[in-house]
Amino acid sequence: MTGIDWGFILNQTLARSLDLNAAVYALAAVGLNVHFGYAGLLNFGQVGFVAVGAYGMGLAITLWQTGPFVAVLMGIGFAVVFALLLGIPTLRLRADYLAIVTIAAAEIVRLLARSTALRNVTRGAEGLNEFIGPFRELSPFNPSLLYGIGPFQYRGSQFFAIVIGWVVTLLTLLLVWQLMRSPWGRVVKAIREDEDAARALGKNAYWYKLQALILGGVIGGLAGMVLAIGNATIQPDFFVAPLTFFFWLVLILGGVGRVWSPVVGSIIFWALITFVRNLGRAMVNEGLIPTSIMDTSQVDQIQFWIVGVALALLMVFRPQGIFGSREEMALDAR
Amino acid sequence: MPAETATRADVLADVPHEPGAPKPDPIVVVDGMRKAFGGLVAVDVEHLEIQRGVITALIGPNGAGKTTFFNLLTGFDSPDTGHAVFDGQAIDGYRPYQLAGLGMVRTFQLTKSLTKLSVIENMKLGAKGQRGERFLPSLFTPLWRRQEEEIEERAMELLRRFQLDHMRDEYAGTLSGGQRKLLEMARALMVEPKLIMLDEPMAGVNPALTQSLLEHVKRLPAEEGATVVFVEHDMDVVRDISDWVVVMAEGKIIAEGPHSSIGQNQAVIDAYLGAHHDAPLDPEQEDEWLREDRLELGDVPPLREEP
Repeated sequence: MTGIDWGFILNQTLARSLDLNAAVYALAAVGLNVHFGYAGLLNFGQVGFVAVGAYGMGLAITLWQTGPFVAVLMGIGFAVVFALLLGIPTLRLRADYLAIVTIAAAEIVRLLARSTALRNVTRGAEGLNEFIGPFRELSPFNPSLLYGIGPFQYRGSQFFAIVIGWVVTLLTLLLVWQLMRSPWGRVVKAIREDEDAARALGKNAYWYKLQALILGGVIGGLAGMVLAIGNATIQPDFFVAPLTFFFWLVLILGGVGRVWSPVVGSIIFWALITFVRNLGRAMVNEGLIPTSIMDTSQVDQIQFWIVGVALALLMVFRPQGIFGSREEMALDAR
Repeated sequence: MPAETATRADVLADVPHEPGAPKPDPIVVVDGMRKAFGGLVAVDVEHLEIQRGVITALIGPNGAGKTTFFNLLTGFDSPDTGHAVFDGQAIDGYRPYQLAGLGMVRTFQLTKSLTKLSVIENMKLGAKGQRGERFLPSLFTPLWRRQEEEIEERAMELLRRFQLDHMRDEYAGTLSGGQRKLLEMARALMVEPKLIMLDEPMAGVNPALTQSLLEHVKRLPAEEGATVVFVEHDMDVVRDISDWVVVMAEGKIIAEGPHSSIGQNQAVIDAYLGAHHDAPLDPEQEDEWLREDRLELGDVPPLREEP
């Protein structure tokens, strides 16, 4: 009995809040923010874009032996094609159709990638691993050393991807910020508010929605590439449907339709998850929670339950998210 | 202003008061336009011309097909058959944004103010040919800043005219119903329309604002060089601002003419009141009427026919 090690829990919480996953979730949520927050597109399959981006990059290297930069362009290309496939048939229809199609398409991507028919292309359920070489060569960090300051210490093998992840996230935020203060952003937001009004004023709503779908999808694809580089593997079963809902959660937590909200949402999400998990484990280990109620392995299952309650409370007391504007929310109710 | 109205009405002085009458300088010509929803023929217009530079009212009882006709003209719905020409150009199959590009702009019966955009952003959205609305140029502010400033200047001018300039940075969602109608009209003018189509511009507007809204509509031909077509139910409004009235009933154009001629038109009276309204009967007709066994709604049938 040494008591709960608050220092360790705090350290872990801080470290995980800026870790690879936080960057990946932030990027994917930036893409969703472009879709839903600005253009009003309901995309329930963002994980599909993440998967397509990762596989596009990975396959470019394993199948066609391209260099890392061409591979990244391939990943982007895959995401663009995926967006066109989803958008062209559905964006003329009501918003719900895109939602239905995206959720199904994301599952199709995962099942295709793990199918035995494509085994010699995607390596089925084992996933792709051999693509990482060219990226390792680019990394200036020693994979076996620890990098970072204070509580933020990361292994060299992942540190490269973490740095790339946050740099790409910042560049993407800059892009979104510039777009949304431009007349292009005005049209997209107008379409979110009322498509018919925008069309009556001479805007080709379909084309703008398609552009927004592509942009947000490519940002999701970038998230997938960062993830693949960080994990040095692309596993099909990582890209399951619930991931999309974590991206949504991150977005709503930060506040829909605000440039910075996905980043803050992601950091808070990962801090919360890590804190609850480590505190739970410590309490079980210290006997504060008897093993008759739960053991350490069950803590991992209950962490989302507790995080869910925390988020429900947030929605009750601050429904607009952290950055959102209450005034705008009130306008919806009118 | 009265001189204005006089010259506008003069243009139509020689036009016969009949459905499908040819106009000296039509901006819109419609031929054989038909739209059915299942078994219901919503619109069936044989021929209609709309004169350039005047204010035309489109009236008719509920369900006459006025709004459907609006939707067909503006590309929000497509006709089963028929042709339309706008400003000398065939526009069959054109999409709404293309028609707006040609200079045909509409407003909606239920106002479509973009609630979470500010009033000034609503206005700026209307401007045509914005460089910054294309994806790549939008990334470089210097490419569109000058144009944006010009657009903002024009938007402020219109807002001042419509007395909305004090609301420029408010969310459009905070405006009152009448102010939203004003904003929608001002926003439509940002497109620099040749033809502006107003679907019930006065519906749901506070009476205090109606007069100012009417004045704005009346001035459109002179100040903006725009032709106006509007759907309206309030006959006082129609009388006040329209130079020409087109009456629809059951999808067809049943009468045309200046509002003074419409009130006496038998077809119009029939359409609004039903063909068998209270016309006085002569004694013979009355006798005949009484002789027939007429069952009123709810009458019990006579029992004598039972065996």
